[in-house]
Amino acid sequence: MRSPVFFVVALAVGVLVFTACRLVHNDYVFVAGYTVVQYVVLATAWNILGGYCGYVNFGTAAFFALGAYSTVAIHKLVPLPLPLLLLVGGTVSGVVGLGTGYQTLRLRGAFFSIATLALAVVVQTLVTNWDFVGGSRGAYVLRPQTIAPLGNYVQYLFLTMLVLAVVAVTAARMIERSRLGNGFSAIRDDELAAEASGVPTLRLKLVATTLSGAFMGMAGAPFPYSVGYVDPASSFNLAYAVNSIAMPLIGGTTSWIGPLTGAILLGTIQQVATVTISSAVNLLIVGLLLVAFVIVAPNGIVGLVTAVLRRGSKP
Amino acid sequence: MTRPLLQVNNLSKRFGGFVALESIDLTVAPGERLGLIGPNGSGKSTLVNCLCGTLRNETGTVTFDGAPLEGLATHQRTRLGIARSFQLPRPFVSMTLADNIRVPLLYAGGRTKPQLGTAAIDQRCAELLGLVGLAAKAAQWPRDLTQVEMRKLELARALAADPKLLIADEAMAGLSHSEVEDILTLLVRLNENGITIILIEHIMRAVMSFSERLVVLVSGRKIADGPPLEVIADSQVERAYLGH
Repeated sequence: MRSPVFFVVALAVGVLVFTACRLVHNDYVFVAGYTVVQYVVLATAWNILGGYCGYVNFGTAAFFALGAYSTVAIHKLVPLPLPLLLLVGGTVSGVVGLGTGYQTLRLRGAFFSIATLALAVVVQTLVTNWDFVGGSRGAYVLRPQTIAPLGNYVQYLFLTMLVLAVVAVTAARMIERSRLGNGFSAIRDDELAAEASGVPTLRLKLVATTLSGAFMGMAGAPFPYSVGYVDPASSFNLAYAVNSIAMPLIGGTTSWIGPLTGAILLGTIQQVATVTISSAVNLLIVGLLLVAFVIVAPNGIVGLVTAVLRRGSKP
Repeated sequence: MTRPLLQVNNLSKRFGGFVALESIDLTVAPGERLGLIGPNGSGKSTLVNCLCGTLRNETGTVTFDGAPLEGLATHQRTRLGIARSFQLPRPFVSMTLADNIRVPLLYAGGRTKPQLGTAAIDQRCAELLGLVGLAAKAAQWPRDLTQVEMRKLELARALAADPKLLIADEAMAGLSHSEVEDILTLLVRLNENGITIILIEHIMRAVMSFSERLVVLVSGRKIADGPPLEVIADSQVERAYLGH
């Protein structure tokens, strides 16, 4: 399926999901749905660098929080429409992603991962000490109660995140099937051999960190409007880093459908657990599922399904 | 006199206090078949890495096809026409054989050569895999290959970069007698098609039958350079390399 057609189909699925949610007549569905779809964007964004290029990023929370705090800062200066805030958040995180990439991409394996972890700590320290956006006290962001033509702003937030998820997944699919994706895969498999094959590895990795960071920032931009109060503890929550890694790993990292599947599965389980048990068990669920998948399906759900299909097609 | 394809002048490389290469001078003519030999640790692979840009030499210059290579990254040197196969095969394990070949076809042209279309790339993939005898396995993964097939895949991937100079780093290591012949035949055919080849090898039979000229490295220094039979008879080479 060609990318424009895929985008239209994905958009249609998004509209169907949104319409189905409206039929429930319960705003909590939109709140829970927003969280799940936000993780679809984060997992897809993480996978562009982590899954396609093989560079494990532990700093998702930093990029997410940069998007969120961009919104807080702009909200205090001049309130802008949500789509513009997404663009600003994406640009800020994308630029930081580019800079981080430039500084760290000569590092490989665990060293790169540790550097991204350090980035999260540095950004959190800066934000905690930046009074303009609330510092350690946090900041309240009052969102509009209604918006035309939807009426309910919670629904608008969900719809915005849904559209962002469609864009992110379509972009990931396009990358996967493009010359860029081919280069990313070569880098993941063997960087030295990729370079010897003419792949400009540093440049491609910078593209990956920028795109990945930008989508994470866009996912974080509506966060202040979603929760109403932003502080470093909530914006730099460990759950963002852990989930954005676990979801692609559980779904499968080599294809766009892996992070999507993992995020929907894990995100939904977490939302159900939040209302039936406690949100405190969310990370425990992630841990247990990760252990189970490492043992049963190290290549994730996509890898498992592919292997079963391949076995089935052999005479 | 024709311009040399590769010219190395006074090249040195150190790892801390260890001198890996010391004042190496080397000239390779277009279309030449050069054998590069030396005992383990003599600096052969280090020299290859310096030529390909994987390592940076501390002193000396490398000129390829008239262009200085200083400051160029490995992928830029590949685009100029230097391709290599690795001592230990390094296939892209998550890709099929055809996709392995597709990577250099997509990237090695850079911005200077016209980008091939999908159909042309598919055709070139099939041609290159056919050339090394792997056409039937185009849709398979590297994990399904034997050792000799893996070596052939390495060569096919290097050829996909459309090189002027191919550096085959121990492309026959660990292969049986007939498999060595297979690879040798392939290398000779490539050379006949105009590709200059530097063969780094421990299998003397292969080196002697393939090379028009032989260069010997020992402890990072070039100790001999000339026709294979003369070089092999050199007392210094016998003492240092053959051990008697």
